Amino acid sequence: MSIDSQFTHKMWNDHELSKMVDGGIPYPMLSDAGGKIGTVYGVYDEAAGVETRGRFIIDPDGIVQGFEVLTPPVGRNINESFRQIQAFQLVREKGGSEATPSGWRPGKATLKPGVDLVGNVWKEWQTKQAFD
Amino acid sequence: MAEENAAGCDRPAGGPVGEESGETSTKQATTEEMEVQTMIKVGQKAPDFTAPGYFKGDFTSVKLSDYLGKWILLCFYPGDFTFV
Repeated sequence: MSIDSQFTHKMWNDHELSKMVDGGIPYPMLSDAGGKIGTVYGVYDEAAGVETRGRFIIDPDGIVQGFEVLTPPVGRNINESFRQIQAFQLVREKGGSEATPSGWRPGKATLKPGVDLVGNVWKEWQTKQAFD
Repeated sequence: MAEENAAGCDRPAGGPVGEESGETSTKQATTEEMEVQTMIKVGQKAPDFTAPGYFKGDFTSVKLSDYLGKWILLCFYPGDFTFV
């Protein structure tokens, strides 16, 4: 979503993005002329008249589970967005009985919060797991 | 989901929908936003909206709440053709 019109979106997709992505952009490119939606989400830069690089993860109940906002020159890491969605999906599937520690990705160990885990995370999880 | 939009000469506009987006409250909310930039909070409902868009060769209109039941990645960016 940006402040560009759907006409500009069409030109950008048809003349540039479709040369980078086969078949063009596979999701709707939305228009927020005037920044009304961006304002509600807290990402509209009124001075510049554009949206900042905001990214929101919204779950199937319509709840915002996470967001990230960057200034324009730095692009997102889409793999990190996917990783976060996978983590939120796991938490949701397990009904909150499992949590994903720092550095978690699919296949790595989760934590099972409970009385017995208090003060014992060091037995279950090592700092290096945040980095590998 | 996305419903098709006829391509006319008018420039369609979307915007927030729901309880807090009535005509009378819009102006006041905008004034408050100018004073204090508010950020939405995690764990709370994503503000609903409708927005015109372009999707696979057609002009469409998208309403966020039509996607309830699915995981959504909503991305804002500064502008078309702006490199990053």
